[in-house]
Amino acid sequence: MAETKTRKKKGNAKGGGKPSGAALLEQHGVDEALALDLLREMLLYRRFEENAEEAYAIGKIGGFCHVHIGQEAAAAGAIKPLRDDDYVVTAYREHTQAIAKGVDPKAVMAELYGRTDGSSRGKGGSMHIYGAECRFMGGHGIVGGQVPLGAGIAWKIRYKEEDSVVVCFMGDAAVNQGAFHEAMNLAAIWSLPAIFVVENNEYGMGTHFKRVSATEVVDRSASYDIPAISVNGQDVLETYARFRDLAEEVRGGGGPRFVDLQTYRFRGHSMSDPVSGTYRSAEEVEERKENGDPITLLRGTLFDAGILDQDGLEEIDGEVRGLVEEAADFADASPKPGPEELYEHVWAQENHGRLFFDRREQAR
Amino acid sequence: MAVMTYREALNEALAEEMERDPDIFLMGEEVAEYEGAYKVTKGLLDTFGDRRVVDSPISELGFAGLGVGAAMAGLRPVIEFMTFNFAFLAIDQVINGASKMHYMSAGQFPMPIVFRGPTGAALQLSAQHSQACETYYTHAPGCKVVTPGTAADAKGLLKASIRDDDPVAFMEGELLYNLKGEVPDDDDFVIPLGVADLKREGSDVSIITHGKMVHVALQAAATLEKDGIEADVLDLRTIRPLDVDAILDTVAKTNRAVYVEEGWPYAGTGAQITTLIQEEAFDHLDAPLLRVSQADVPMPYAKNLENLAKPSADRVVDACNRVLYR
Amino acid sequence: MATKVHMEALSPTMEEGQLVRWLKSEGDEVSNGDIIAEIETDKATMELVARGDGVLRKIFLEEGGTAPVGAVIAAIGGADEDVSEIEGEAVSGGGGASEAAADGASEADEAPGEVADEEDGAAAPAAAEAPEAPKKSAEAAAPDSSAARTSSGRVKASPVARRLAEEAGLDIGRIPGSGPGGRVVKRDIEEAREKGVAAPATAAQAGPEYEDVPVSQMRKTIAKRLVTSIGPVPTFYLTIDVDMGRVLEARRSVNGMLEDEGRKVSINDFVLKATAASLARHPECNAQWHDGFIRRYNAVHLGVAVAIDDGLITPVVRNAHLKGIADISEEVRELAGRARDKQLQPDEYTGATFSVSNLGMFGIHEFTAIINPPEAGILAVGGVEETPVAVDGEVVVRPRMRVTMSCDHRVIDGAQGSRYLQTLKHMLEEPAAILV
Repeated sequence: MAETKTRKKKGNAKGGGKPSGAALLEQHGVDEALALDLLREMLLYRRFEENAEEAYAIGKIGGFCHVHIGQEAAAAGAIKPLRDDDYVVTAYREHTQAIAKGVDPKAVMAELYGRTDGSSRGKGGSMHIYGAECRFMGGHGIVGGQVPLGAGIAWKIRYKEEDSVVVCFMGDAAVNQGAFHEAMNLAAIWSLPAIFVVENNEYGMGTHFKRVSATEVVDRSASYDIPAISVNGQDVLETYARFRDLAEEVRGGGGPRFVDLQTYRFRGHSMSDPVSGTYRSAEEVEERKENGDPITLLRGTLFDAGILDQDGLEEIDGEVRGLVEEAADFADASPKPGPEELYEHVWAQENHGRLFFDRREQAR
Repeated sequence: MAVMTYREALNEALAEEMERDPDIFLMGEEVAEYEGAYKVTKGLLDTFGDRRVVDSPISELGFAGLGVGAAMAGLRPVIEFMTFNFAFLAIDQVINGASKMHYMSAGQFPMPIVFRGPTGAALQLSAQHSQACETYYTHAPGCKVVTPGTAADAKGLLKASIRDDDPVAFMEGELLYNLKGEVPDDDDFVIPLGVADLKREGSDVSIITHGKMVHVALQAAATLEKDGIEADVLDLRTIRPLDVDAILDTVAKTNRAVYVEEGWPYAGTGAQITTLIQEEAFDHLDAPLLRVSQADVPMPYAKNLENLAKPSADRVVDACNRVLYR
Repeated sequence: MATKVHMEALSPTMEEGQLVRWLKSEGDEVSNGDIIAEIETDKATMELVARGDGVLRKIFLEEGGTAPVGAVIAAIGGADEDVSEIEGEAVSGGGGASEAAADGASEADEAPGEVADEEDGAAAPAAAEAPEAPKKSAEAAAPDSSAARTSSGRVKASPVARRLAEEAGLDIGRIPGSGPGGRVVKRDIEEAREKGVAAPATAAQAGPEYEDVPVSQMRKTIAKRLVTSIGPVPTFYLTIDVDMGRVLEARRSVNGMLEDEGRKVSINDFVLKATAASLARHPECNAQWHDGFIRRYNAVHLGVAVAIDDGLITPVVRNAHLKGIADISEEVRELAGRARDKQLQPDEYTGATFSVSNLGMFGIHEFTAIINPPEAGILAVGGVEETPVAVDGEVVVRPRMRVTMSCDHRVIDGAQGSRYLQTLKHMLEEPAAILV
């Protein structure tokens, strides 16, 4: 795993020998219950995405579908430390992030299936999961497009003098977009309460970050004077601990933060893209899965600390598999949106004149 | 009735609405200390402070997106583009962001945001700074488009736009800011979106238009009057929502229509309106529908070429004569 | 470089040509020498060939439209070549309408020379009278002509004109159009409604009052030549003998029926009735000559020549084809009476579509009558005389009557007039045929 790089000197007790599981938990300030909960969350995300892959394979899910397999620690570690009144806004690899922030997995799955009980009643799909009630501000489909949104949500927090924060996710490719840089500058000049998180899985679709970038991800906020850290995003305990601390720093008026959350995607860019091939080797992927699977890593720690054994693991796994199957059954049973849904929700407010210019609409 | 400039009317609308609703803030280039590139925001910084009247860097995409995020989170941003020419940089946020958010989220996120600023040709500003941009925004379902042509309309429509829960592209006439007009004294003077205004009544031909071209249309109507031709001049005021009834009424009355717009002809607003008329008022037509628009070229710099490129009253008169078979 | 397609002089005497059919469409590739259109000249339908290579970019003269020799009727050019300059000097619209003809006329002033220049000495048209003629016809045509039609026969009309015509029960095809290319527009319907120019499409009367028929190139030439030869109304005469035996029987029978009322009908009344009935079947003879078109009437307004003290007057029995013989008889008697008293109103002696003059009562056996323009025909009716004739190989004596029809040759050709007279003869020799 890439070496963890720190800009701000944060306590990192990585010593010479490999610390014990119990020591790791203590080091990151994570108690047993929380650790088990993080494992359970990550297992839920993994099984959810695997189920979605199967559904995609048999045509129950269509379109673009980007799964998060391999990156579960980024979702659990970055989102679980947040409060209910904190915000998350993100890009399009967001099923598990939505679940992490509190969107019902059933609603997420139904959305993937394009059904009425989906989080957007089947109108958003995989790339546009929203959960207004739990302040999950959406999956957004244009690379970097959500970064100014993160600044805007943070603007509202500051404007209303609230003490929540916004975590704005993006992929590593987004840092080469203009929108990213403009938003960084805005967040910096107005000291907005936002944590901008690059889920750095090294590849923008099929292009390695370094092939198209002159500087490292973590250096990208430097010219806006936004403090940056690199975090091992496969280590959920470290990720959790860092985000817990960052949220409090930002909540206290410390201004924006930038995180290079180093992770790895075990699947292709989307369901229609290859896992490996011209852009990365199968060996590379296997090596990363072998040594960098966030679930395996945490399991090892918990086994080592004596908190969990194989039976316990299987029990948790069985439970989350049940949840996922329930979600899939729910999605399958949910009705497809009726034709009357087509024109719903285009507009929030009616006006005197005509808003639609469509023969079918006139027929209604 | 008070007589004021279009600029002052906009300023009053902003001040009154910001006074009324603390969730409204104004952001854009030069809007605060400089008091606006066109002085529309004069005095607002003094009145409302720098929390609510905010100078932005030149980052159209960035602050437009910030506005979208703020609106998602419950504020009512007014985002000023110094001109809509610069808003091309931000159009991803307006179209892919603001205009689709409510739909993509199945109603979870209304988008009460106004993107405002001047549009249309000015004087010898050449291709990148002289163009009418409204069609880019009317094309996308989810975005309302408002184009006031007079001081009163500027005030009443801006207030309605700020109160609307959908994103509004509020497109002012760059050459109209100094135009004076009567504005009702009522401090709650709101003109609902989607109501066209018959700026002149006639019975022989309908000149339908929006925005700054209202004045070109009225000038043409005055010329026609000397010839014994009485033109209806219908100012749509908002081109989405569209006052379809008003359009069909005037066409039913005169049986012939000319659309005047400042934008280009291809897939322009006039193309939409004339399509609508032939679809819904076919049996009222006595002549083909004609359009007068900017020439289908980027705006040239040279004054004589610029004049050739812009829609003129003469061209409107000529089009009216043609639909009148004169 | 773009090539103009001209209305070429395809016959030595051709002054203008009618576009019968385009064989190439806009956008079709054409090569020098390709036949691109059929043109009806004053003599025949001729082929027009392309004088350049490229794409037939723009057609300016629609099928059915007329243009003077030398007028630009299409443009051939490269696929992307700007042909707007050619369009600027082209005939506008076409469609055989007033504007096209008027434009064509002014074009004719300059165009022929251009043709000669460009085509390397191609026969310059004999255009001595060209500038005047089409213009005159255009002016005359505009107020009177019925609606212009597209090449497919559809009436050119604006949508609102169609709707208003339908609401008013007017046949839009019979309303002259004042819009571009003869398009019927709203004001035309309003005018028609006000002036009652066009008969209602569903009137009690059978069908519209008349139909205007465009004058073909050939007919124009015929008209012009004949006028030159014989005078403004080039007349020829057709004579036929009629056996009046059955008319005499019928007259006896009818008069028997009318005896109680104190009325009776004359032989001439039978002639009038039969003339009207037969004209109703031959509108080509119940017609008027107008510059640019021939107006064929469906209604028969019969002029009846009446001798009066100091001359002659022709009162009109309107809609004679719809009236019974007793009514015709009475109307003629009444009109003639007032004619002799000089009590007729102008509308009682104008507007006939055909006339009859009978001098039989003066013992006249046969004579010719002079046409009263714009009518195209008149019947000169002689007396009924006992005449020996051969019937089935035997000489018998029969009551015979000789009828001579004067025909305006611009409108009626010999064969048409003859066919009409056959119908008339049949109706008189078999009066029941009138009822059929």
